[in-house]
Amino acid sequence: MSMHEQIRNFIQDNLVVFDDDVEFSNEDNIFELGFVNSLFAMKLVTYIESEFNTTIESEEMDINNFNTIDNIVNFIHSKTVYQ
Amino acid sequence: MEIKNGIKCVVWDLDNTLWDGVLSEGDEVTLKPQIREILEELDRRGILLSIASKNNIDDAMNKLKEFEIDHYFLYPQIHWEPKSKSLDAIRQSINIGMDTLLFIDDRPFELDEVKSVHAAINCVHADRYQELLDHSSLIPAFITEDSVKRRLMYLEDMKRKQEEEAFSGTSEEFLKSLGMKFIISEAGEEDLKRAEELTVRTNQLNSTGRIYSYDELNHFRESPGHKLYVCELTDKYGSYGKIGIALAELTETHWHIKLLIMSCRVISHGVGTVLLTHIMQQAKQANKRLLADFKNTERNKMMYVSYRFSNFKEIAKAEDGFVILENDLTTIQKFPPYIELLVR
Repeated sequence: MSMHEQIRNFIQDNLVVFDDDVEFSNEDNIFELGFVNSLFAMKLVTYIESEFNTTIESEEMDINNFNTIDNIVNFIHSKTVYQ
Repeated sequence: MEIKNGIKCVVWDLDNTLWDGVLSEGDEVTLKPQIREILEELDRRGILLSIASKNNIDDAMNKLKEFEIDHYFLYPQIHWEPKSKSLDAIRQSINIGMDTLLFIDDRPFELDEVKSVHAAINCVHADRYQELLDHSSLIPAFITEDSVKRRLMYLEDMKRKQEEEAFSGTSEEFLKSLGMKFIISEAGEEDLKRAEELTVRTNQLNSTGRIYSYDELNHFRESPGHKLYVCELTDKYGSYGKIGIALAELTETHWHIKLLIMSCRVISHGVGTVLLTHIMQQAKQANKRLLADFKNTERNKMMYVSYRFSNFKEIAKAEDGFVILENDLTTIQKFPPYIELLVR
């Protein structure tokens, strides 16, 4: 499974608005498509940290790193490159 | 007795702790002196009660019913697994910190086993149960309307969870089926005790860990330079009570959120950012900048993430570990579709 698919599955499983098989592309802004609550935000951060074995610093907690599948994947890549 | 302050739940062993005798050995057990009064008083104070006992569950529950005290206990753990597991299950079901649990047992082995797995938990030998009511850790500063109802609200919550598990639809449909109403109002005097209680009891969704006294909160409530919001959540099962507060300082140029707290009990309902969204809308309407204080307390990372995912950015670090966040109010997230918002 590609990293894109992995992230997509996670979002579909955890963001309530995607329950009804809403289609969204790798560039769609998930914050505009649905209601992102505290619980989802925290789950997403924890998921990325544990799944990709990295730590997200405070200054990286920028919405622009997490608002689309592409941005999440790019962010994870940037983390692993610099490690 | 060494107990950390702020105990939220007391977990009782049964044999030779709550009652004299060993049920599974066929003893005719009798409740220990004063137990009934102690349970009733702790319950009235809003302290939750549970059980961790190695027994046959049907026999033990029948005996508790016979004594007419079974209704006091939430998520009772009656089985033969290690008690550390039971405490873990109770902690997870109620969603509180291990250090807010107090475990009482007559057997040093059990106390040690639990302590060896959960270092943070408070343990007391059953000999000392009669001292409990006088111990400061079990005397809340205020007994609010919500503390008296706390057990009932958890019972409603157990019912919700059972129904949620039985519900075959999607979770958004489930949330819709709850008919949730989120009510935001400016605090009245009658809300202050609960507001103070929330500042003391809430760890995870607490933006600064600041604790304000009743008098300070009352000052902010009356001050034209501040807004003190409270919110309440209701659904078809009843009310969760007052589950969040926010304090904002208002100046000529900006609004500054000094404190934002949401109760952990409603996290799974996806309402954690509703109050924040409302404040963002209000500040934008008033044409002010919006700032917020945040201080890391080790347990409130979720609040930081909530702020950042609501598009707040760090603009300054202040003294004592506080950071100041700013939101440019260009994008404000909608309210969740499964909730009705009422502003009073």
